[in-house]
Amino acid sequence: MNPLVPPAIPIIEARGLTRHYGDLVAVDRIDFIVARGEVFGFLGPNGAGKSTTVRMLTGYIPATAGTITVAGYNLLSHPGAARRHLGVVPEEANVYADLTVRQNIMLMAELHGVSKEERTQRGKELVEMFGLAERLKQKGRQLSKGLRQRLMLCMALVSDPDMLFLDEPTSGLDVASSRLIREVITRMNQTQGMTVFLTTHNIEEADELCHRVAIINKGRIAAIDTPRALRATLQSRRSVEVRFAQGALPPESMLNFGMGTETVKFAQGFRIFGAAPGLIAQELANRATAQGLHIEHLSTLEPSLEEVFIHITSRGVAQTAEEIHV
Amino acid sequence: MSDKKYLSPETFLWQARAALVVAKKNVMIYYLKPPVITFGVIFPLFFYLAFAAGHAGPVEAMVPGITSMALFFTASAVGPLVTPWERQAKTYERLVTSPASLSAILAGDVLAGAPFGIVLSLLPLAIGLSFTEVHVVSVLQLVLGLAFGALAFSALGVLLSSPASDTPSQVMMLSNLVRLPVIFVSGVFIPFAQMPAWGRWLAPLSPLSYSADLIRTGFGEANYFPAGIDVAALIGFTVVFLWVAHLLHRRTRDRGL
Repeated sequence: MNPLVPPAIPIIEARGLTRHYGDLVAVDRIDFIVARGEVFGFLGPNGAGKSTTVRMLTGYIPATAGTITVAGYNLLSHPGAARRHLGVVPEEANVYADLTVRQNIMLMAELHGVSKEERTQRGKELVEMFGLAERLKQKGRQLSKGLRQRLMLCMALVSDPDMLFLDEPTSGLDVASSRLIREVITRMNQTQGMTVFLTTHNIEEADELCHRVAIINKGRIAAIDTPRALRATLQSRRSVEVRFAQGALPPESMLNFGMGTETVKFAQGFRIFGAAPGLIAQELANRATAQGLHIEHLSTLEPSLEEVFIHITSRGVAQTAEEIHV
Repeated sequence: MSDKKYLSPETFLWQARAALVVAKKNVMIYYLKPPVITFGVIFPLFFYLAFAAGHAGPVEAMVPGITSMALFFTASAVGPLVTPWERQAKTYERLVTSPASLSAILAGDVLAGAPFGIVLSLLPLAIGLSFTEVHVVSVLQLVLGLAFGALAFSALGVLLSSPASDTPSQVMMLSNLVRLPVIFVSGVFIPFAQMPAWGRWLAPLSPLSYSADLIRTGFGEANYFPAGIDVAALIGFTVVFLWVAHLLHRRTRDRGL
């Protein structure tokens, strides 16, 4: 499957998207499509071009070159029409500190042209969903960071957008707020078919929530696919984890599986990296039996998305892209 | 779908409504901000009183001038504050990524500043009418002077918010740097006829000249420009200030600042 062409109707199409800041090329001719109903993760290290891309997609800054289509509207020529389909929670945004929770939500609804009846009803549902119903009269300045983030989500969702942009939505939040936000994202996507464009540094979060993930590095898309498919590209980081009874240390030769494997000791055992973890596990069990060692724990592990991310972002873009797409 | 860029009646109405929403938001948030009160009310009040203390003329003669100056300072006080304040409070990006266009946002800022100026300039006007012998001779000219003056001064305030700054105090300082010299060539303190030649040359370049002229005429004083010219000039200033503000704000955003 060509990951650039998801099997559904696109809601966002970015073609040749480029952004220069003077001589610096922050985003360099990237192409991707986000399909309706998809949770699309956008990952990258600091300075990779992530926020610049989001700012172009939401119309905050113009692209130096390339085109963006949102819900069928060219963002450059029809910015207002395109943005009516978007709900945005920018990375460094805040709520209006001098307005109450209710006023903040109603302001965004009015800016999106939501009728009074609809915004009242939808606002009520949202504040209940996000646990803000008791705080309608509190001003933005009186809310904790977690509550402000929930309010920002209410403000983004009150217009019932087709697509929700979330830039680091759970960054710096406590566990309860993070979990609530993740649950709501999943619910909105599954029950209402809302498309979500998520940028995050939390790779586990992306792995849990996203149908597809793009990894941007040095202004270029280095990889784009499902988390599962991305993990599968890193065969050499599949592994076997073994722990022996009573912390016994086996002879070095027992853990040597030859070319293409690597053994790493960790606090309570060993991890052997290799492309065929099933065979390694079987051989390890045989060797342990022969040595009279008892295995307390033995499991095979797939590489995590975080390992894929680190692998990709620490290598040259061209090399990685070739490896991923071929 | 056509990619042709045009402003349909539907789009215009949508954006006009968005401008009103932005204006309402500004009214709720910025009218009582300390810099607005300081630079829009207290500063011009004491500025004028200091001038009046050394002025030997009748008290009635001060009313049109103080009304004009109150209008100028108050109507142009809100605009410079909004964008820097929103940048500092990190609410600007949210506003800009909403369906409201940049034109609608700036128009909303102008619409918020103008009523602030009109309402607060009614205060010296009411005091003058109540406690002095001054009379309104032409309500129409007074209203035109207040209304079109407020729009032009508010647009000037929005223009002054164009620098890519997230520090409101910096922008307020800049705005005073521009506003103070304007007063001296606008016939507020010194009638046009008594100005030196260079002053009379500069007077037409100030929007305050036209607003003050209409307000003075409203109080029965002789006009310096025909009323039609005053109104046309104030409309022209409003359009030019907004257009330049739009260009500068757009340039700031295009640079990613």
